[in-house]
Amino acid sequence: MSGKTIIEKIFTNHSEEEIIPGKIVWIDLDVVTARDFGGPNVVKNFRENYKGEEVFDPSKVFFTFDLTVPPKTIQYANNQTICRNFAKEKGIRVFDIDKGIGTHTLIENGLSQPGSIVVGTDSHMNILGAVNSFGQGMGDIDITFGFRYGRTWFEVPETVKVNVKCNSSYEYSAKDLVIKILSILRTDKILGKAVEFYGDPIEKLDLHGRITFLSMITEMGGIVGFIPFNENTEKEIMDMAGSEKIADEVRADTDAVYSEVLDIDISDIESMVSAPPYPHNGKKVSELERVEVDFGFVGSCTNGRYEDILKVWAILKGKKIKEGVQLSIVPATVGVYKKAFESGILKDLLFAGAIISNPGCGGCAQGHIGMTGKGDVMVSTGNRNFPGKQGDGFNYLTSPEVVAYSVLNGFISDREH
Amino acid sequence: MNDLKVKGRAWVITDKKGDLINDIDTDQIFHNAFLHITEISEMGEHTFGNLENWEDFPEKCKPGDIVLTGSNFDAGSSRQQAVDCFKALGAKAIVAGSYGAIYKRNAINSGFPILTFTQIGDFIKEGKIKNLEEIEIDYLSGEVKIISSGEIFNIEPFSKVQKDIMEKGSLLTI
Repeated sequence: MSGKTIIEKIFTNHSEEEIIPGKIVWIDLDVVTARDFGGPNVVKNFRENYKGEEVFDPSKVFFTFDLTVPPKTIQYANNQTICRNFAKEKGIRVFDIDKGIGTHTLIENGLSQPGSIVVGTDSHMNILGAVNSFGQGMGDIDITFGFRYGRTWFEVPETVKVNVKCNSSYEYSAKDLVIKILSILRTDKILGKAVEFYGDPIEKLDLHGRITFLSMITEMGGIVGFIPFNENTEKEIMDMAGSEKIADEVRADTDAVYSEVLDIDISDIESMVSAPPYPHNGKKVSELERVEVDFGFVGSCTNGRYEDILKVWAILKGKKIKEGVQLSIVPATVGVYKKAFESGILKDLLFAGAIISNPGCGGCAQGHIGMTGKGDVMVSTGNRNFPGKQGDGFNYLTSPEVVAYSVLNGFISDREH
Repeated sequence: MNDLKVKGRAWVITDKKGDLINDIDTDQIFHNAFLHITEISEMGEHTFGNLENWEDFPEKCKPGDIVLTGSNFDAGSSRQQAVDCFKALGAKAIVAGSYGAIYKRNAINSGFPILTFTQIGDFIKEGKIKNLEEIEIDYLSGEVKIISSGEIFNIEPFSKVQKDIMEKGSLLTI
């Protein structure tokens, strides 16, 4: 019998059935979550379909409010209260509006253990691949079923192996790397598949770099991406995930079977942006004609860690953002917020002219910390730039460094001018 | 039990050049500005509300219509509303080149028929199905009939899980 890929090993540990790519199997879920988007729909579905019944295990079911936090309209306030009331009734814990992005909160609270399966109403659940957990975004029907039964059906995805090679001394960030690879893989090469990434540029990523990188598997159309842990990141993963050990089963077997092996050479990488209208529309900053910017955003599940804010601080400390340009900074979690607050970097950023908000999904959720108007240009560390998503303007996705230089200079740039 | 066949007018979701649109994102189908909505009946009016030139789709779509679209349909978010909005309009099925993985699950789990036809882009380009033409789809055989010409072609039929859930109504009623 041939060996197994990472996703096949995780499924094998969560199913009584034989795990073969393409087969539909029932899998057990370790953690089932819902956010303030999707959550009230889950409550409605649950009440309509499972009247008088309980969730499968209250210690494994959570609400994570991260989208409109605190609620910006009465409707959102009502929706969050619907979830809180349900949670009280069923004995479920709520990570409330003060906590920050759900996926990051789950990792920080040890609820996304290596080798586990975690689902939620968030299409970027797959960032949990950074701690070698299988995170899967789902709609409210799926999650309702998960709340009740703690299991779901899944078509075992094929796994693609991607080997990345880079012969360049250019100092690129995790975001440059993912935009570069996204513009090569686009949305068709790994659609509906699991992916394992190998090669020096990938393996040297630290944990927050892995979070940045794997968050954008969604934009490639993939189910989940994994970067197998190595000695350098093992402790980091265990510290952040609160794990005592990492089980061996999250490594692929040497004779694992991949549906495809892709070798990618990224030697021509530089500072990258995803120009509108698609995340896979990657361009080098050096190739762009001068693009004047109106807004900058640093945050999101892709780049909202302390390390990301620190990079912005290193560039903006003691300086002033260009007159007329606005920068919003949103820490991913309350933990990140506290660390940044205590270290004093937020003070320097505030004096440089930044708007600093409480933790959450920030710019990616409509209206929270602001949208762009017609013709405006935003440089954002987020993960989607589809037309209209963050307002009527144009959204360029990029690294925290490029956002910082761009708001300093007033145009998209990767150094001080 | 839901029907395992459908006949209706086909909306061909094309861009200005007449090509089928690929990579339509969830925010173009059902914008995140309306995610507070939990009543399906209130979702229809926002369908394609952020997709250029298709903003008036909710007024044009009639119950029984079928939607034909490109590859990676509904890339992005996990929102069920991107399926439910079509239900609210009374649309009967979607045929696309391929789907975002989460969308596929959401549609299957709610018993809404989605079908895959990988060559759909070329088919539309060659003018084989015109906008608002009547077609008939058999979900189990994958046979599609163009009513005016009588031409028949095959697309991917339902998977077993899709058929099982569809027959019971939704994942929540199996």
